[in-house]
Amino acid sequence: MIRLRRTGLLAMAGAIVVTLASHAGGAQQKPATPAAVVAESILDARTREVSSQLRCPVCQGLSLQDSPSELSQQMRDVVRQQLAAGRTPAEVRAYFVGRYGEWILTRPEPHGFNWVVYALPLLLLAGGAWVLVFAVRKWTTVPPPLAGAGSPSGGRGTTA
Amino acid sequence: MKWKFAVGAAALAIPAVGLLGFGLTRDPGAIPSPLPGRLAPTFALPAFTSGAPTAQHPGPVPAVDSVRLASLRGDVVILNFYASWCLACRDEHPVLQRVASRYVGTDVHFVGIIYNDATRAALAWLNEMGPLPYPSLDDPGSRAAIDYGLYGVPETFFIARDGRVALKHVGPVTDELLATQIESLRAAQRPDAPKAGSP
Repeated sequence: MIRLRRTGLLAMAGAIVVTLASHAGGAQQKPATPAAVVAESILDARTREVSSQLRCPVCQGLSLQDSPSELSQQMRDVVRQQLAAGRTPAEVRAYFVGRYGEWILTRPEPHGFNWVVYALPLLLLAGGAWVLVFAVRKWTTVPPPLAGAGSPSGGRGTTA
Repeated sequence: MKWKFAVGAAALAIPAVGLLGFGLTRDPGAIPSPLPGRLAPTFALPAFTSGAPTAQHPGPVPAVDSVRLASLRGDVVILNFYASWCLACRDEHPVLQRVASRYVGTDVHFVGIIYNDATRAALAWLNEMGPLPYPSLDDPGSRAAIDYGLYGVPETFFIARDGRVALKHVGPVTDELLATQIESLRAAQRPDAPKAGSP
C-alpha cells in the first residue's frame, strides 16, 4: 500500500513537472500552477466517477468509463465539460437520462418496477433459506422405529 | 408435507419464469427514447453540403453555411443521422432522395447530420450514392448526436411544428413511414398561424 502510494506520488510529481515544462515554452499560455493541476486532477476524478455511473449505449454491459468506443469517449468529454461548467454530478446524470432515458444509468433508480432488481435477490435468498430449513429438518428427523427392527440406532443405519 | 414444498417451489418459480419470459419479449439492444413529446434539442451546425438538384428538381438549391434548428420552428423537420460507413444508410438513401425531393421548397425541411464520420468521406459517399436534395451537417464531437440520444445510425427524428419531437425511428426509413408521418405532422396547424375566420 505504501509502495503504491509512493508510486502514485511520484507519478503525480512527474505529471506536474511535465506540465510545467510543456507550459514553460509558450509565454502566452496560462502558467500551470500546482492549484490548477490539482483542480484538473479533481475534475478528472469526478469525470471518472460520473462516467462509471452511465452506460455505454453501443456496448453490452459496459459503463462509459470502461468502454473504448468512440461514442463513449465523446460522452465522457460531455461529462467533463458539463462538470467543468459547474454542473453537479446529479445534473449531469439528469442530462443523460433526459436524452437516453433511465436505460443510461448503470444503477437503476429505486422506484416502480425497478424495485424488482433490489427485492428479487433478497426474496430468492429468503426462499433459499426456507428450502434449506425444510431440507435440514427432513434430514435430521429420526424416523419412527419399524416394528421389530431392533434398536433406534440400528434402524437408522439400515434405512439410510 | 410434500404438497407444502410443491406450493412453495411453485410460488418461487412461477414469478421468476414469468419475469424471464417477459425479458424475452424485450430487445436488449434497443434504448427506449424519452424524447418524443419533448422539445427537440436545438443545434446550430455547419453544413458541408447544401444538397444538390435532383432529376425531379433541377433548379438550384440555395446554399447554406449552417443550419439552426430554431430557425425552422413552425415547419416540419425531418432529422436524419447517417454515416458513410453505415450499411443500412445505403438502404434508406434512395428513399430519402425520393421522398425529400417531393418536399423541396415546402414547409417540410429535411436535414442530414453525419455521425462519427469525416466530411470528406461523407461527400465521397454522396457522390457515389447520388446527392440528397437537402443540406448535410457536420457534428464535431457528436454533440448533437448525444443531445438526441443517438446509439447508432441511421436514426430519424420527426419534429413537429411546435418544435417537439413527434417520433424517433431507429433503422432505415421507408416510403410509407415518411409519407404518413410527414402528412400527419403537416396537417397540424402552425402554432403562430392566425385562426381561420379571425379578422
